[in-house]
Amino acid sequence: MAEKNITVTLRVWRQANAKAKGEFKDYKVTSTTDTSFLETLDILNEDLVSKGEEPITFDHDCREGICGMCSLYINGHPHGPATLATTCQLYMRRFKDGEVITVEPWRSAAFPVIKDLMVDRNAFDKIQQAGGYVSFNCGGAQDANAIPIPKEKADLAMDAATCVGCGACVAACKNGSAMLFVSAKVSQFALLPQGKAEAARRAKAMVAKMDELGFGNCTNTRACEAECPKGISISNIARLNREFLVAKLKD
Amino acid sequence: MSGIFQSSIGRKLVMSITGLFLVLFLLFHMSMNLVAAFSGPAYNAVCEFLGTNWYALAATAVLALGFVFHIIYAFILTIRNRKARGNNSYAVTAKPKNVEWASQNMLVLGIIVVVGIGLHLAHFWYKMMFAELAGMENQFGATDGAAWITYWFGQPAVAAVYVVWLVALWFHLTHGFWSAIQTLGWNNNIWIERWECISKIFATVVCAGFIIVVLGFALGIFPMFNSPVCGA
Ligand code: HEM
Ligand code: SF4
Ligand code: FES
Repeated sequence: MAEKNITVTLRVWRQANAKAKGEFKDYKVTSTTDTSFLETLDILNEDLVSKGEEPITFDHDCREGICGMCSLYINGHPHGPATLATTCQLYMRRFKDGEVITVEPWRSAAFPVIKDLMVDRNAFDKIQQAGGYVSFNCGGAQDANAIPIPKEKADLAMDAATCVGCGACVAACKNGSAMLFVSAKVSQFALLPQGKAEAARRAKAMVAKMDELGFGNCTNTRACEAECPKGISISNIARLNREFLVAKLKD
Repeated sequence: MSGIFQSSIGRKLVMSITGLFLVLFLLFHMSMNLVAAFSGPAYNAVCEFLGTNWYALAATAVLALGFVFHIIYAFILTIRNRKARGNNSYAVTAKPKNVEWASQNMLVLGIIVVVGIGLHLAHFWYKMMFAELAGMENQFGATDGAAWITYWFGQPAVAAVYVVWLVALWFHLTHGFWSAIQTLGWNNNIWIERWECISKIFATVVCAGFIIVVLGFALGIFPMFNSPVCGA
């Protein structure tokens, strides 16, 4: 497909700070179909700066779908209309010339807006710090085949480990639940022998932190799974439920 | 076990266990109603047996408790989830394709179910089990269930309300059944789709079983035989 110019209206949420009352503002911007959505925001920001206006604040880092920093709720979808892609992997060819594109921050009580489109996702870091790790002294690297791991288990663990911690699952959830994220972080270890040792403590600690930080209760609507840029499956949530319930029953 | 019911997953466990328990009861109740489709006297024999049976009374009490917990936790969970979601709503929302409508409206569906149950208890339980316990007299008596069924469902408006109620129950169950299994953690990549399918089939069988009886009596087709079928 040949590259074409595209002019769209971005309806962007502007909010000066965490306390301020925000509002939508419309900006017309011309980009090209091969330009990414975030680059289009860059183009718009450059224009705003040159006019002496405040540029739009939004999160981003790697811009190649691996860091989980980008966010944005675009036309009703976290990470926009593309499936299995982060916002930084979204290109303008997804939109029509002249389209009005509504861009909102993640909205969930546990992710308060800091400024414009940027939200505070520290809650996820706190959940990770509560137990999302394995604690052993690594020492020298072992032979990779010293501990045999069945292929299916390794695959499931890898699938869970692709979660980038972006928070789209929470943004998509009508219950503001972080279960998809937490279940991925619990599963990536619980499936492997190295992580199994601390599985019970991990599940309990991470769920307790998740509850404490005010995330909601999962009602299995599957919206998270549909919007997750990494295709994390809710079968991980079943695994988390299992790990947690068994751990609690043993207490 | 410490503090399990103070956790989000623990609260969901209460929903799941009570929900599955109610599902079992529905299955029993639906099967019992089908007897009425065939024979009034046979149905009355069941009514008589259950009405005077202490086990049935105890089961009713446990059932009521199950309902109370299911409903209380439904509200607790919904209130917590609203709070977690926060007051700021999105200007534009789009429902992803795989999201069932029922899964996002379980409370509303549940409330319709409760209102229906209230009506249903007034129509039958109050006139039968309660009347028998309280020694009250009424037009058909406490064990002539078949007469009560014919009386109520013979009124088109009543039959219509029952059908609406049962359709709401169908929606609640299509999501509820597999959701309860998922909450128990009894799921993986393969079984998740299977449970969803079983859930739809199960909800359809149960609700169709109920609806057939309502419509059959409304249209005057049931009971099909007016004498005891097998010497009951
Ligand atoms: C015959 C009656 C009922 C049956 C068989 C039934 C069954 C179920 C089942 C199996 C679940 C799934 C539990 C889970 O997700 O773990 C469920 C969920 C739910 N039920 Fe019911 N239920 C009934 C009545 C009610 C009533 C009367 C209400 C409320 C007023 C209600 C409200 C809810 C809500 C809000 C949920 C979703 C909870 C969640 O997923 O977290 N239900 N129900
Ligand atoms: S589960 Fe998916 S949507 Fe949720 S944080 Fe991980 S990558 Fe993002
Ligand atoms: S900016 Fe790193 S994933 Fe999008």
